[in-house]
Amino acid sequence: MNTLAVGSKEKLEKGRVVNDFSIQVATVNGSGSQSSNSVLMRSIFQMGIPVSGKNLFPSNIAGLPTWFTIRVNKNGYVARKSDIEILIAMNPQTAIDDVKSLSTGAVCISPVELKLDAIRKDVLHYQVPFTELAAKASENLKLRKLLMNMLYVGVVAELLNIDHGQIENSISKQFEGKTKAIDLNLNAVKIGREWARENLKKEDPYFVEPMDKTQGKIIIDGNAACALGSLFAGVTVVTWYPITPSSSLCEQLIDYLKEYRIDKESGKASFAVIQAEDELAAIGMALGAGWAGARSMTSTSGPGISLMAEFAGYGYFTEIPTVVFDVQRVGPSTGMPTRTSQADLISAYTLSHGDTKHIVLLPGSIIECYEMAGEAFDLAEKFQTPIFVLTDLDLGMNNWMSDPFEYPTKPINRGKVMTAADIEKAGVFERYRDVDGDGIPYRTLPGTDHPQAAYFTRGSGHNEKAGYTEKPEDYLNLMNRLDKKFQTARKFVPAPVVSVEKGAKIGIIAYGSSDFAIVETRDQLKVANIPTSYLRVRALPFTDELRKFVESHDHVYVVEQNRDAQMRDLIRLELPDLAMKIRSVRHYDGLPIDAQFVTDAIMEQER
Amino acid sequence: MVTSTPPTNRIGLTMAEYKGAPSTLCDGCGHDAITAQIIKAFYELGKEPHMVAKLSGIGCSSKTPAYFLNRSHGFNSVHGRMPSVATGVSAANHTLSLIGVSGDGDTASIGLGQFCHLVRRNVPMIYIVENNGVYGLTKGQFSATADLGSKAKSGVINELPPIDLCGLAIELGCSFVGRSFAGDPKQLVALLKAAGSHKGTAVIDVISPCVTFNNHEGSTKAYKYAKEMETPLHELGYIPFFEQISVDYEPGSMQEVEMHDGSKIRLKKTERNYDPTNQTQAILTIKEAHDKKEFLTGLLYINEDKEDFSTIMNVGDAPLATLPQEITRPAKSVLEEIMAGLK
Repeated sequence: MNTLAVGSKEKLEKGRVVNDFSIQVATVNGSGSQSSNSVLMRSIFQMGIPVSGKNLFPSNIAGLPTWFTIRVNKNGYVARKSDIEILIAMNPQTAIDDVKSLSTGAVCISPVELKLDAIRKDVLHYQVPFTELAAKASENLKLRKLLMNMLYVGVVAELLNIDHGQIENSISKQFEGKTKAIDLNLNAVKIGREWARENLKKEDPYFVEPMDKTQGKIIIDGNAACALGSLFAGVTVVTWYPITPSSSLCEQLIDYLKEYRIDKESGKASFAVIQAEDELAAIGMALGAGWAGARSMTSTSGPGISLMAEFAGYGYFTEIPTVVFDVQRVGPSTGMPTRTSQADLISAYTLSHGDTKHIVLLPGSIIECYEMAGEAFDLAEKFQTPIFVLTDLDLGMNNWMSDPFEYPTKPINRGKVMTAADIEKAGVFERYRDVDGDGIPYRTLPGTDHPQAAYFTRGSGHNEKAGYTEKPEDYLNLMNRLDKKFQTARKFVPAPVVSVEKGAKIGIIAYGSSDFAIVETRDQLKVANIPTSYLRVRALPFTDELRKFVESHDHVYVVEQNRDAQMRDLIRLELPDLAMKIRSVRHYDGLPIDAQFVTDAIMEQER
Repeated sequence: MVTSTPPTNRIGLTMAEYKGAPSTLCDGCGHDAITAQIIKAFYELGKEPHMVAKLSGIGCSSKTPAYFLNRSHGFNSVHGRMPSVATGVSAANHTLSLIGVSGDGDTASIGLGQFCHLVRRNVPMIYIVENNGVYGLTKGQFSATADLGSKAKSGVINELPPIDLCGLAIELGCSFVGRSFAGDPKQLVALLKAAGSHKGTAVIDVISPCVTFNNHEGSTKAYKYAKEMETPLHELGYIPFFEQISVDYEPGSMQEVEMHDGSKIRLKKTERNYDPTNQTQAILTIKEAHDKKEFLTGLLYINEDKEDFSTIMNVGDAPLATLPQEITRPAKSVLEEIMAGLK
């Protein structure tokens, strides 16, 4: 395996590892370490070095262990990496296990009283009298506990040679405008840094050095990106029910709406946000609003998706636009609410009873969270149907580097809505008639002042005039038109991103947050003389590119983060004649997928 | 031959223009009697049909929006979930008048949670419960409003106490609560019109006998029982804002409630001396009626001062549904500002 680990090879040769390692901070949930970790990550980012941050936290508010991992990587790899080079073991509850999990030669920074050096002799220990130093940082006992976190920032900054100016900037950003907090935290960093300078002898190979790879980039989580996409899509009605890991999507959206969508003069809002009593009500409200003409949305996670099932089918059958964000977490049932997964794919795709299938968007990057959120609203109104946007906890709640977002260039598309004048001109309005041959009918909004404008929306069998029917031919006509509409959607949903490698015999297919790992996997496989092509699915229904890709490779690996190979199965159903070419790599332990795992799994099958 | 032109209301529409498709319910169904009063009320109020949205859940009662106001958009939703749909419609376009029709199964069982939250939010709408104590479409099972001891057609005696939707609504702070009887068109139409002037959730629980499954001896939701037992709390009059008339009455015999649109409710008191603006008295009266097995009808509670949902949402005059892109999409500079803050 050594030959594949690009980073470790360099480590051996040069003895000095620059901008290529992972730091893991083990703390206690609710201890205030979040700010310190953000400062640490942001300081490195501001030195121009690519970073990614992952918060591995329990379903708990305070007291349980939590880990934050910062991956520093000069090549821009931002997926999770299972090997940790530097551990900051601040949590006595888990310290022993944490240090045991390190590889030989790793670094462990820990409070001196934990005596972790006795547990692992093959690890390089820096033992710090944190309690003593905290006493210097503040006289207030409560504050000491919080400042402890900034002390390790100081120690690590000294060891890795993180620019102090960037730490100052990051702290100012973190505690925006709160002078007292800024001074206190900065002072704690200094105490940590000075102690390290005077008392520690640098024996590890890890260093940061300034680069220019983060120039102009932003740091943001996927939920905020989805919120921004919705904001600039002109969302008007937002309904939601709190659930991890999707809550912060609507919460951040609410902040943006309050800031930017309240008229300065009248003080009136151009939006309504409703915290519903449950997810059934949330989607009911979203559909009611969509029916009445609002750009509506709701966001949830797996359990909420289950509850929305009946209404999702109603929305599909009666053709009402709305957008449903599903920030996936581990199921079934409560599962592991704070761990990531891609296991809602099939349930979202076919959500409800009867013949139902939905358009599903699968953003695979932060920028796509923003862009596809925006696009979802246009597609919902264009196709008059609920659109599902599937992200996951890893994408949604973790901090990622991204290029800044671009302002939408296309005007908002409200789809086929007839006004009173349109009806007058056409002479007729029939809600469910396929006038244009694309399966998409015309609709009117309540409040349209024309005697012919009204229609009756019903979940029961209906004919082209929206009248009640149980006639077999009417039902067939309706179901076949809905299918035709779905086929039309193939040409309008985001096409896959395809990267063909010359001479590659095997292909990789992945989607969503797995992309971060696949980029790195492909480089690792290339080093091992296994060139690969790559197709990243970005939506359901599939588009024509999929068949072409599978046909042009000996076989393809569908990489995904669920147990049952849901995407592989959907592809096999789509391409039954090519089913035997389609293999599977699955990662589903609740942690984000990592490149080495995928590489090993493919190597195993390629042997 | 003489052709007579049908009369029109204040906006020049005939009664026929407020009708819907022919009913497919059983002959004599209480729901059809209610439908007739809805048509009458909207006609007499002179509501513009295109500014009305009709909503319902699932069940016999929920079919009825197809039988009135053909020129209004209708939304026959899923079982027990009409309140959430209504909330969304109201948020999207608060200039619409909403009328929801539900049943006792749709509201008191599967939809009880959504009903409570609709009331709690005070979503402006008329919410009619066509209450017959049984599930009609599935052939006569008891619903949660069936009285204790009431006998089903099959002879089974109901052993569970009823949920009183009016009492519950008042408890939850509903700002307009009435109870009526499908066989009392005069009172019902007055209540419906008053509800149409109310800015907030107006719940009207209408005892509406199921002629097929719950109209027999031993049923407390039968025509005969309701006719014999109905005790109006007052004689109810409604004077719309557009035709103010004054009447002479003995001091103390009449209570007048002014509504936010200038319409008035006039309540001619009975010996009960009931004051529907007193929430505590309303709850007490409902409780006592249960104990005494009384069937009280009329305006049980009204509060014209409570803020409605659209006021709380703080939206402008124009409906959110049709706001132009210039308002709903923030400027490019806003995105640039946000991006700068994330660097």
